[in-house]
Amino acid sequence: MAVMTATAPPEHVSFGTRVHRFADKWLLPIYVAGVTLYLILPVAVMILFSFNDPAGRSNLQWGEFSIAAWLDPLGRPGLPEAVRNSLVVAFVATIFATILGTLIALALVRYDFRGRGTTNILIFLPMSTPEIVLGASLLTTFIASVDLPFIPDGLVYPLSIVTIILAHIMFCISFVVVTVKARLQGFPRHLEEAAMDLGANEWTTFWKVTFPLILPGIAAAGLLAFSLSIDDYVITSFTAGQTQTFPLYIYGSQLRGIPVQVNVVGTIIFVVAVGFVLLTTLWQRRVAGQDYRASTAA
Amino acid sequence: MRRAINFRSIAPYALLAPGLIWLAVFFVYPAIQMFLVSLWTGNVQEGFTQTWNWSIYPTALSEYWPWFQRSVIYGGLATILAFALGFPLAYAIAFRGGAYKNLLLFMVIAPFFTSFLLRTISWKIILSDDGLVLGPLKTIGIIPADFQLLGTPAAVIAGITYNFLPFMTLPLYVALEKIDRRLLEAAEDLYAGPWRPRGTIVGAVIGAALGIVVGVVMGYGPLVLGIPGLILGIVVGTWMVSEAFIRVTLPLSLPGIFAGSLLVFIPAVGDYINAELLGNPQSLMIGNVIQARYLKVTDYPTASALSFILMAAILVGLLIYIRLLGTKDLV
Repeated sequence: MAVMTATAPPEHVSFGTRVHRFADKWLLPIYVAGVTLYLILPVAVMILFSFNDPAGRSNLQWGEFSIAAWLDPLGRPGLPEAVRNSLVVAFVATIFATILGTLIALALVRYDFRGRGTTNILIFLPMSTPEIVLGASLLTTFIASVDLPFIPDGLVYPLSIVTIILAHIMFCISFVVVTVKARLQGFPRHLEEAAMDLGANEWTTFWKVTFPLILPGIAAAGLLAFSLSIDDYVITSFTAGQTQTFPLYIYGSQLRGIPVQVNVVGTIIFVVAVGFVLLTTLWQRRVAGQDYRASTAA
Repeated sequence: MRRAINFRSIAPYALLAPGLIWLAVFFVYPAIQMFLVSLWTGNVQEGFTQTWNWSIYPTALSEYWPWFQRSVIYGGLATILAFALGFPLAYAIAFRGGAYKNLLLFMVIAPFFTSFLLRTISWKIILSDDGLVLGPLKTIGIIPADFQLLGTPAAVIAGITYNFLPFMTLPLYVALEKIDRRLLEAAEDLYAGPWRPRGTIVGAVIGAALGIVVGVVMGYGPLVLGIPGLILGIVVGTWMVSEAFIRVTLPLSLPGIFAGSLLVFIPAVGDYINAELLGNPQSLMIGNVIQARYLKVTDYPTASALSFILMAAILVGLLIYIRLLGTKDLV
């Protein structure tokens, strides 16, 4: 993996140099292919086993090829509710977390204020705390809230889809802040100044100039929040009570026997997510292309 | 103009308030509440009372010490293995990616588009006794027919490494990508050639040590992985590492190593899914204990104490780590 490239071919090529060149030319690509395979293998197995007709109750051994599960992807008791709950939680949590996180990112990048250090730590800590601790502390809080006078009965205890959403918003905020902040940092401030010079007030400038420019960053943050939320098992398991989400359903079925439908839904989520990422990448490229054309035309 | 100045001094707090209040209510306050619950006494049937039972901390710590120990060892090894696997990958993408750069990066993050649980269940299928990995090896006769991966510490560590490998690779890639290539040319002009013979020795020592540690923790004894580690270390140190790499590339990739190891180690220590799905009762981690104490035994005080110890230990470790390696920009 070294970085030696001989500029002029010497007369005598030593054994070491030959090994080195061989490694650079062949071993590195083979290695990359191997690790990529390692990364993709479980995903491939998941997709493959969505076409399985297992002999036993659990979809862990290959029986024979079948598309039965694909024809009835939600045909298991409890599965439709679990998938619906996951989608509801992910949508609501994404919307709230994206708004709250974007506002924090705007404040951090655009203003000088006291308490910046504390804010940074408060953003950083949830990301550097193991999920089980986040989940556990929320569980204790929801349990202990029974004694608190000013919380409406049934809002946070017994646990429900509401408590899941409250928890998901919390752990998504930090990731949104980091993502939007990265996008804001290279922001062309002169465009805003130009808008203000041309008579736009702060509000108009924000919506006509700033917002469209940071929208791809916000969209990326939203996608990240959505994917974190829809896949979360650990925190959800502590805040769900009797409510089922798709990851909780998988975990439960893992004990009872995994139905093939679980792989089908997993595959659908995978395909939709990949499609979404490809679309947003293309969209961002197009926006970037327009920026480039606009700047060269100017 | 006074109005405008006022607006600018209030604006940041107005923007911060909703999000920070949310984090205060659902992150800071719960951490305090968890601490209070750890000092409760009682049970679910008869109710709990706040007794400030401090002795729960030494009791819980001594009773569950092996699980803490195992979590740190498994998490630490998974971090080192993720680094060993992820660094060459990130390096290859950053320096040799060419036209395939985006495709390769996409492959690195692709596992994230699949449920974490489903991927771990897939590993259960792959590592099963006659599965994709062991089946062919047993047929050829390289390994004995009763050899198992599933239900061993090796499977747990491999599973954790797999799950968090992208978290290591991406920050490493970002750091390597930023390196000014002219520095490397300058190093070569200044006679930074192959790193022999020091590279051979350093490679041998690191390779052998890592192989022995991994082998012992996974339960295969020191030689099974120690000897391959030694050979691999010698090959890499002798022929694949140049002085320019050691003196320029590696130091400049430190921010990536810093971020990557945090992003892997912290979730790895708290993980309990891999230990539960891929391991055996002797390879359970502290996360498994916490989860069971909360959700199965409803022993909230002990569970909270363990959870609080885990959080505090990680925070202290984090502070020391930041002090040692130093980073100003956390987020």
